[in-house]
Order: sequence, then structure tokens, then C-alpha cells
Amino acid sequence: MNSDGLFLSNDILMSIEKPERYIGHEVNSCIKASEDIRVRFIMCFPDVYEIGMSHLGIQILYDMFNSFPDVWCERVYSPWVDLDKIMREKNIPLFSLESQRPVKEADFLGITIQYEMCYTNILQILDLSGIALKATDRTWDDPIVIGGGPCTYNPEPIAEFFDIFYIGEGETRYRELLDLYEKCRDEGTSREEFLFLASQIPGLYVPSLYQAEYNDDLTIKNFSPVREGVPAKVKKEVVKDLDNTYYPQKPVVPFIRCVQDRVVLEIMRGCIRGCRFCQAGELYRPVRERSVDKLLETVYKMLDSTGYEEVSLSSLSSSDYTHLPELLDKLIVECEKRKVNITLPSLRIDAFSLEVMNKVEDIKKTSVTFAPEAGSQRLRNVINKGLTEEDILSGSAQAIKGGWTKFKFYFMLGHPFENDDDILGIGDLANKVAKEFFELVPKEERKNGPISITVSTSFFVPKPFTAFQWAPQCTEEEFIRKAYLCRSGIASQLNQKRIHYNWHDADTSVIEALLARGDRRVSEVIRKVYEKGGIYDAWSDYYFHERWMNSLEECGLDIGFYAFRERNEEEIFPWDFIDIGVSKKFLYNEYKKAKEGILTENCRVKCNGCGAGTFGAGICPGAYKG
Amino acid sequence: MTKIRIRFTKHGAVRYIGHLDVMRYFQKTIRRAGINVSYSGGYSPHQIMTFAAPLGVGLESDGEYMDLGIEDEKPDLAMIKDSLNASSVPGIRILSVKKLPEDAGNAMASVYASSYEISFYDDKKDQCPDKDLMKELISRSQTLDTMIYHKETKKTSRDIDLKQFIYELYIKEDENDKPYICMTINSSSSDSIKPGFVMEYLCGLEDIKLPDNSLQITRLDMFTLGENGELISMDDIGSDE
Repeated sequence: MNSDGLFLSNDILMSIEKPERYIGHEVNSCIKASEDIRVRFIMCFPDVYEIGMSHLGIQILYDMFNSFPDVWCERVYSPWVDLDKIMREKNIPLFSLESQRPVKEADFLGITIQYEMCYTNILQILDLSGIALKATDRTWDDPIVIGGGPCTYNPEPIAEFFDIFYIGEGETRYRELLDLYEKCRDEGTSREEFLFLASQIPGLYVPSLYQAEYNDDLTIKNFSPVREGVPAKVKKEVVKDLDNTYYPQKPVVPFIRCVQDRVVLEIMRGCIRGCRFCQAGELYRPVRERSVDKLLETVYKMLDSTGYEEVSLSSLSSSDYTHLPELLDKLIVECEKRKVNITLPSLRIDAFSLEVMNKVEDIKKTSVTFAPEAGSQRLRNVINKGLTEEDILSGSAQAIKGGWTKFKFYFMLGHPFENDDDILGIGDLANKVAKEFFELVPKEERKNGPISITVSTSFFVPKPFTAFQWAPQCTEEEFIRKAYLCRSGIASQLNQKRIHYNWHDADTSVIEALLARGDRRVSEVIRKVYEKGGIYDAWSDYYFHERWMNSLEECGLDIGFYAFRERNEEEIFPWDFIDIGVSKKFLYNEYKKAKEGILTENCRVKCNGCGAGTFGAGICPGAYKG
Repeated sequence: MTKIRIRFTKHGAVRYIGHLDVMRYFQKTIRRAGINVSYSGGYSPHQIMTFAAPLGVGLESDGEYMDLGIEDEKPDLAMIKDSLNASSVPGIRILSVKKLPEDAGNAMASVYASSYEISFYDDKKDQCPDKDLMKELISRSQTLDTMIYHKETKKTSRDIDLKQFIYELYIKEDENDKPYICMTINSSSSDSIKPGFVMEYLCGLEDIKLPDNSLQITRLDMFTLGENGELISMDDIGSDE
């Protein structure tokens, strides 16, 4: 440690990009006196600081852990490639931001896993910390490595790197785990025994206590505990009442500009919609709302404690929050007084949302966003996206009349049961919106310039716990063909000059599919990619497709088995031992309905008996209402 | 609107925060402290705030300045100072808050010079001149008519005569083995030079190339130019009430 209490020397800090990423000391970061602390917990987001600091989940858990008098929670993020190189050359261990001490000294290292392409960064974190990559090689000298977040709903490809996975929402079971840890350390219990006892806590999955057997065709034959008393199924944890739980009142305020440079207010969890490609829509069921009073009380405290000039309402689909008009009415008045901006992502474009956007945003600077996800009505029915062409065109017409000129459209290519006409529909739809503009706005009234439409397509990645978990993914070649078809479809339109098209990378989408639906054998691939120098695979500049393909080959694994193969109804999936409430039977029925193009109504219109009602919370019939 | 001038420090870990982020930091700190700051008009109003000469990343300071427009006609300056300090992080301390006369030039436009104290980081000092040699180099430079420093950036290179922009240069007389070099040099928007230029020039007189990141630099204060060409601390422009 240098004389400023920093772990890195002045020489190193001055020779890397953005040293502010590594110095801690941010407003509201938590420093605790060490004599009171019995458990040191380090929370990690395995990506660069500006991304990791923008994540709400860590803020919630950081606040929760630090509200326990015997626990000190700190943070660590992936060192950027420049510092990574220096740390390897000079054998400098990874350190946490608050104490500026090595990560390895902590009791727990909690890693939130938000997207598959960060898996190599998890190995970077462990390796730089000096923690054995394989959980079974660890001793009490290593922290307990625990993973959480959406990717842990199929933890198998990274199972061997973790001691425990926490399946579900972190607010509910950590206190129990910490109490168990303190007791075990006091009593001199072995690490193995502690992990066994941890596996008894609901929601906790200890991968070393389970074993997979495979069929000759490489599919799973059997997946079961190796020790008596270990539960065969792990049920996700759910917060029943979002009004009476932890929410950060004093989030850490970074010095550098982060992706989220604002107060983030989570208004609800879950989504009523049930789009068949969407994993979050299933994982976070049942839909639970926070009350307006509680939200207002919280947001003002957060604004006071941070000094932020902007607040963003967060949820999977804010328009479906039932008290949105009331919340916004009150928030707009108070925020105007405080000179605080409001941003509203994930709003469905209609008369109400346009009126609100008109109040809180500068029309000239902002754009109107639609996410039809599919270009034709037929395919939108397949994916159960309850958004019709009429919705889109009437929404865009109202926005055009309101003065907006920038429009963004998001689509996915490669949905199951997609055909070429669906793809050509993307250009048609964009053209119709452009046509509306030229019809609705006479030349002399185009003071904000002509309409500009941006169409972005990403490639479909089948995810566990969705109706499309059985579906094959397109090959890279097929993806590229579809992107070119989409482009030529746009280019053939009358108003093609007003439409800008961009598409995402196909190679990463295929690897994402491998990691999303992979089993335990895939962990060797990840380790080999890391050993070849792979980190920051989520960043296109640092993603090298060859590394992944070569590693797959060295492991004798076939990408086609994981990505391009349709599964049959009976197949045992690597993630089947996890119970998210929503049943496999319900999802398979959704898959069949997709094939027929039959819509399923949303949770508010009608309960479809998905299974999430087992939690007795939120919108589900007969649930606890707070 | 009343204009106030705030003098603050930048020490320890926070010296690695860049200038733009210091500005963003203060925008939030002012809101946390509940200061009745003035805002510009327009769709996205911003706080009326200007900073004197930016401080480079890695440098420490006892004399940073920020001018702020506030709505109170008779502001309680002591309370503003206390609430800003209560909302601040360690390393950034508010040293004084003064009310500016209406005709005072703003911090950015009126800054003319900065004074610095410079030494060598301990891990680099063996590769740097010792105290006696530094003393000798400074004396030698004072006999010269010009001090031509060759400034090279990625795109351009040019020669600057540092002599005309150095107003004071000496070694602190103290018990330290390490030399502490004090200098007051130009910081104006047109003719600003960096303390590193002077140090590199001095060492260059003995063909010594300073290693990277060897200079430990603290800015002591910033000055504006008085009517008679004298340097006046930026802190002496305003009044305490």
C-alpha cells in the first residue's frame, strides 16, 4: 500500500487509463472499523468499473450487507486490459476498492453474472486474486466464491469455478448463510462440511455436491446429488413484498462517468408479457410492484444522498406498472423543483407515454424507441410479442405529430419458425413509418429536419427457461444471410435513405448460445479460452472467435450440439434441477403454441397457470398483497 | 445572483481524478450540501460554475478555485463552507468561501500564475538529482538570459522560452534530504507552462533525463495579476461577508 492508502503505486496509477477506476474513496462508499467485522464480503461485477458500477443489484446487496453490523461489504471490478497486463507482469494481486487490500483476504467473493460473455472475466478475477480456479482445489485460505444473477439459472458451464450459487433474489437468504459461516468458523468446521450445510439453505446450490451422467448421444442421462441430504432440486428465492425489503438509500457515487450516471429506481420486478424468447420475463416472475409512496420516499432520499441530477425508472416494461400515471405526476412536479431530469426507458409508445416524454425530455435530442422484435405480425405472434402493426403505426404517427423525428427500432433475426418474408417485413415496417412522416408533416413544417429511422437487429440466442429453450439456433452463415436479406429489404424501400441499418456480430451470438445452454463439459472450453489470453469477450475489440472454436475442438466438443440442435421434449437439460416456479410443461406448451402462431395472454388479462403462483406473491391469483 | 469563490484542496487518492470529473463531483456535492446554486436557463439547466486553471491528474493542491453563482443575496459563507465540507470526500476540503465583488473577473479568465512545491517520489529519487545538485542547477539557470525548453507532443513540437514565464524559483531551506523546489509560473490561458517543463529543463542542463512519473507536485496557490503587475492570491479578491 502506498502513502495515500492506495494499493497501486503512483507509478502504476499514472501509467494506466482512468486510474479513478481503482482508487475507491467514492461518495457513500462504506468504510468500517475492522475490529467489529466478522465477515468480509467482496462483491464483484466481472467487467470494467464503469459497467459494473451501473448495476443496481450490487447496489442493493452492498447496502444490505453493510446494514449488518458484523459484515463489511466491499467492491471489486475487472481491471482493464492495461492494468491486467501490469498485474500479471509484476505479480500484483487483485484488491478491493474500499480497504485497498487483496481480495484473497476476504471471507466471501460474490460475483454477479449478468451475461454469458463475461465468463472469461470471472477466471481473470479468480486468477488475479490468487484463488484456485477450480472450487474443489480451494482451502480455508481462499474466500468462499459465490455466484448470483441471471446466468446462474444455468450455472453448469461455470459450475466448477464456484463454491456456491445463489439462485434467485439476494435479499432473502444471505443472513442465514453468513450466520452459518460464522458458526462454522468458530467451531472449526471443515470447508467441505460448511458447503454441505450451506446446501441445506433454500436457494443455495453447491455444485461440487452434484454429478452429471451422460448418454451416448452426449445428452444428460442423470443429474443428481452425490451425498445424502443434499436436495435434488433448488428452488429460486423470491422477495414477496418489495416494499419491505432492502433498497439502497445511499448508493455509491462514482467519480468517473458510468453507464448509469443517475439514480436508478426499480419500480417493479417481473414482466406480465411472456415473450417467448425472453429469459428475464420468466426468471423474474411473479410480477411484483413497489408502492408509489415507498418509491417517492426512496427516490428523494437517494437524490439527497447522491446529488444526482437525473433519475431513471427501471423495470422490464414500465408501461405495465399499474400506478405509473400517479407516480409520474408526483415525480415530475418534485423533480422540476429540484432541477432533476427523469428518464423513462422501456416505455411502450402511446398517447400517455408521449405526453410524459414531452414533459420530461427535449424532443429534439431524444428518440422514440420501438422493440417489435419481429418484422411481421405472423412472427410477432410466434414470439408472443403483443405489439401489433397498428400499435406501432399509431404510436409513431402520434410521435411524428408531436414533433419527434428520431426513431429507433429493435428486431431480432433468427427466431424459431422465421421465414424470409418475416425479415423483409422489417424494411416494410420502417418504410411505413417514414411514409407517415412525409404524409403528416408538410415540407414547411419540418423544422426539426426530416425523419431519421435507425433499425438495429441482433441475433436470436435460445436461453434456458424460455419457450425457445428447445429451439435450434441459426448458424453464423445463416445469420449473415438473414442480415443481408434484411439490408436489401430496407434498401429496396422508397424511403430507404431515411433508414439506417446496423446489425450485431453473429460469431458472439453463437458462443453466447453455447454458454447459455451448456453443461459442465463446457467449463473446460472457457478455461482454455482464458488460458489462451481471453478476457473481455463481451467487448468486440477483445473477442477472438478462433480462440473459442479452437478450444472447443481441443475439448472434443461440437458447437452444433449446443447451439444448432433442436431438443426433443424428453431431453434432460443441464438446468432442470433448478425450479423457477414456471414449469417445463408450461414452457413446452408455449413452444408448441409458437409453432402454431397462437398468442398467450399476459398475466394481467388472465392467469395461464405457468407455475410461478407457487411463490404466492405479486400479481398471481390468491397471492399475498402486502 | 451572487458570485462566490471557493478555495479547495486536492490531496491523497482523489488526486487521480481528472479535471472534468472534479467538476462533475462538485455539481453533485453542491446539491448534496443543499447550496442554493444558480442555474442557467434552457432545456437542460446547468449550475453557474467556473474553475480556475485545471490541475493535472496526479498533482495535489492546496489552492484550487471554483466560482459559483448562488441565489442568496446575503449568503452565509461560513455555513456554505461547513455544509460543503460535510458533503465532501476526504482529500477535497473547502478552505475558504468568499463573496466576490460584482466586477470581479471569473476564476477561469482571471488566473495568471500558480505556485508549486515539487519533489521526487521516493521510488524514483535515486534516479533524480540530489538537493545540492538541484540547488546548483537553479542558481545556474538564474544566470542565463533564456531558458529554451523544447516541447514535444505527438503532433507538434516547439521551443518555449520558460524564463519569461517563471516568476519565482528556489529550493526550500529545510531539514529534508530530498529537495523541495518552489516555483511560481504562468498559468494564464495563453501562456501557461507546466512545472514539469521547468524541472525537465533544469535537469537537462546536466543531461539528466527524469524518469517517468518521478515528480511529486503540489500546487500551493493561484494568482491573478494586479494593476501594478503584482501577483494577488485568487483568495484575496473576495470578502468574508
